[in-house]
Amino acid sequence: MIIGIPAEIHPGEKRVAASPQMVGKLIDAGFEVVVETGAGAGAHFPDDTFVEMGARISREPEEAWGSDLVIKVRPPEHNPELGRHEIELMKAGAHLISFIWPAQNENLLKLFAEHKVTALAMDSIPRISRAQKLDALSSMANIAGYRAVIEASNLFDRFLAGQITAAGKVDPAKVLVIGAGVAGLAAIGTAKSMGAIVRAFDTRPEVKDQIQSMDAEFLELDFEEDGTGEGGYAKVMSKEFIEAEMALFARQACEVDIIITTALIPGKPAPKLITRGMVEEMRNGSVIVDLAAEQGGNCEATVPGQVVERHGVHIVGYTDLTSRLASQSSQLYATNIYNLILEMCPEKDGTLTIDMEDDVLRGATVAKDGEITWPPPPLELSERKPSYGGQEIKPEEVAKAPEAPKQPSAVATFLKSAWFPVIAGGLALFGLGQVAPPSFMSHFTVFVLSCFIGYMVIWNVTASLHTPLMSVTNAISSIIILGALTQVSSPDGLIYVLAGIAAFITCINIVGGFAVTQRMLRMFKGDA
Amino acid sequence: MSSSLVTVSYLGAAALFILALGGLSNNDTARRGNLFGMIGMGIAVGVTIVAFVTRHFEILVPLMIAGGIIGFILARRVRMTQMPELVAILHSLVGLAAVLIGFANFMDPAVSYTGVEKTIHEIEIYIGIAIGALTFTGSVIAYGKLSALIGGAPLMLPARHWLNLAMFVAVIVIGVKFVGTGDHHEATLLLLAMTAIALLFGIHMVAAIGGADMPVVISMLNSYSGWAAAATGFMLSNDLLIVTGALVGSSGAILSYIMCRAMNRHFVSVIAGGFGTTGGSAGAGYEGEVQTTTVEEVAQLLNNASKVMVVPGYGMATAQAQHAVADIAKTLIKKGVNVRFGIHPVAGRMPGHMNVLLAEAKVPYDIVFEMDEINDDFPNIDVSIVVGANDTVNPLAQEDASSPIAGMPVLEVWKGETTIVLKRGMAAGYAGVDNPLFIRENTRMLFGDARDSLEALSKAL
Repeated sequence: MIIGIPAEIHPGEKRVAASPQMVGKLIDAGFEVVVETGAGAGAHFPDDTFVEMGARISREPEEAWGSDLVIKVRPPEHNPELGRHEIELMKAGAHLISFIWPAQNENLLKLFAEHKVTALAMDSIPRISRAQKLDALSSMANIAGYRAVIEASNLFDRFLAGQITAAGKVDPAKVLVIGAGVAGLAAIGTAKSMGAIVRAFDTRPEVKDQIQSMDAEFLELDFEEDGTGEGGYAKVMSKEFIEAEMALFARQACEVDIIITTALIPGKPAPKLITRGMVEEMRNGSVIVDLAAEQGGNCEATVPGQVVERHGVHIVGYTDLTSRLASQSSQLYATNIYNLILEMCPEKDGTLTIDMEDDVLRGATVAKDGEITWPPPPLELSERKPSYGGQEIKPEEVAKAPEAPKQPSAVATFLKSAWFPVIAGGLALFGLGQVAPPSFMSHFTVFVLSCFIGYMVIWNVTASLHTPLMSVTNAISSIIILGALTQVSSPDGLIYVLAGIAAFITCINIVGGFAVTQRMLRMFKGDA
Repeated sequence: MSSSLVTVSYLGAAALFILALGGLSNNDTARRGNLFGMIGMGIAVGVTIVAFVTRHFEILVPLMIAGGIIGFILARRVRMTQMPELVAILHSLVGLAAVLIGFANFMDPAVSYTGVEKTIHEIEIYIGIAIGALTFTGSVIAYGKLSALIGGAPLMLPARHWLNLAMFVAVIVIGVKFVGTGDHHEATLLLLAMTAIALLFGIHMVAAIGGADMPVVISMLNSYSGWAAAATGFMLSNDLLIVTGALVGSSGAILSYIMCRAMNRHFVSVIAGGFGTTGGSAGAGYEGEVQTTTVEEVAQLLNNASKVMVVPGYGMATAQAQHAVADIAKTLIKKGVNVRFGIHPVAGRMPGHMNVLLAEAKVPYDIVFEMDEINDDFPNIDVSIVVGANDTVNPLAQEDASSPIAGMPVLEVWKGETTIVLKRGMAAGYAGVDNPLFIRENTRMLFGDARDSLEALSKAL
């Protein structure tokens, strides 16, 4: 089976759907790979690097598009040079994997059906934990979050980290991150590692721990409302909540130097969180990076795709942040795609099968065999919380507490109370004292007190020395040799043979136990 | 030698033994403690020989020297990974000695009591021999299991609880008869019958216990060997034996308790045997994909990490991988990585087993931590390396209340950024429970012999 990797034709798109490494793995899995010339140029993967891994380079886009499986980044579009839509270049029955955004691109779905192309959308893979390694949205969001901080620091004309220099003290910059999804958390991590003071806000209270775990401050509203929507994404909040939220942002705008907004609600235009008024309030020289620019922007002043300056505040509306880290994005995206291909080709034998019973593949498949299969039926699996950088972050699932215990009876309560052993022990001692002779009682006293001493002493032994403890107690329990020694002089042949054997074996034990303990303890002395 | 002098010597020996155990509270005082123990033993044995042994020196001395030499050679030759086996076999010797001394004492015509004292003395002999016998065979079986001479799987006889109960009742019935009978010959036969039952009881008890529960078994046998010594002390009216036996007995009991707590099991269910067998239906079948990794990737991960936690388990002991682990730790520490070791109380086959292995490999003990000390740190860890541990890092213990290991305290490695699991294959742990850790998104499996993998990793670093 042949996999084709065409060059991206969307203006400004530098990413590519494959890395040389991933191409090598595909060839190992039994596929042939055709790469359109220059496909990897924007991501700094020259043609040679693909050839080295065993791929073929094709001069014409038609060849890559004519493969059995086409993988790319952007949704297919009209190719002005060839004068044809990219889907028209595909064979009937072929497969395509890319971002598709089926909700916004119904025409594409119709084209897929018309040309009998089976299309899998990287953006429609369900967010379940098994599919995290396929989750290209998270991969891309992570990169966008990182790049957002880089862009902001580039335009911001001060240090991010505080410093005390001979020329005076520099305060650290204050960064506000709105929306702590994957991109937001990546931005928090990056800004934090550059030394800024980071605050973050999110409508979903459960991300508080995640924000705090990254050492950022979680801004809280004095308002009870859970903003968690389906699949761990955010939902639209009530009017009162939004008012409280806006007041918070307005206060923060006066204080912070950089605002990074990442607030998105699936299927809706991005909420407007930063008003023109707030932009005016911000200090001259501040920067806003609006990661929601493509969906209209979280800031009223955002111009998608551009950097604008309003009242001395730079507002970054780039929609191609991932493309600005093309090599990194391509590498991660290629790995996500490779993992998806493996889902369809578990035997690594170079053939594809789409199991429509499989939740992940069913969710991703938006068109198959001439039919539109989007939207998929709702998943019944318990959805997982959003993740950061592929790492599952979820609230601790504590084992369920057992059912509330039945009210115990008075007898049972007594039996369990601390008094029971004391009283029972007292009675037993009393009974013993009634019958036992004095000689026994004196030994018994010694015995009981020794048990207490043992109890006190042993609890003080450090856990790391438990093995030496066992070997040394083993050695001293061979004090039983005294019994053998007192009997060995018996005139009775049998007794002295028994005692002799006992002395022999306990001597093994005494010397062996002490010697091995010494040997172990010498190691523990260590050169720490 | 006057009897007061003997008593004073015994008192000194008892005090020295207590100091010996007390010394173990700290790495620095432990060796001095051991020295105290040796001195105490020397005094006790020396004084006893001088005071009580009147003849048969020509037999006794060579026997003792021979025994000492054998013990010394054993102690020198044993590999640290085999410590549990050595301890088990040494326990069996204490048990055997208790049986022999009990019989010798029983047959000794010089010992004569009357009335209640006679009854008590006979009960003492009886109990001493019973505990000694079951310690003896129990330890031998434990040794066999640990050294893989016999299979580690629990022996599941039908109606085994009834069998245990029947043997227990038989021991008591015979005991009553033994005390009641006046005939020396009959009493001997009864004593032999009881010994046979106790020997069988010891075999059955340990045979019914699974391999991973060995830490409990070993500490339990340790405890029994102490009680056997204490019972012998009562029999001989010797306070030093009583004191020492009580010390050792409570030491073993506390260790058993600690081990049980670390596995969230009840102590009674351990003694009843058949322990670790409830996991039969545990194949809850966690679906998901294992992500494998390579030595190079792990090396890269470690080079980029700033906090690394190593979690060793019994697999490290079987693979003799402690030196390779120590090398890696040393290399990483030199590179400025914060490396620590997290030890679960029941990791390995006896209490403190991992600590001994790490100490042997010269891992500085200030970076070796107990579970309770470091469990809260896992969220800050970049890379955790799990070397041959399984049940002790199983998240099911916290997440699945129906799991056989539910409620067992575990090392929460999955909370770290990445977990590397070194493992030979995908077999379940000794509790027979699948481990969903292996299919977690942030877990990478490195299959193969732990030592080979780690040595390769050490080179790659």
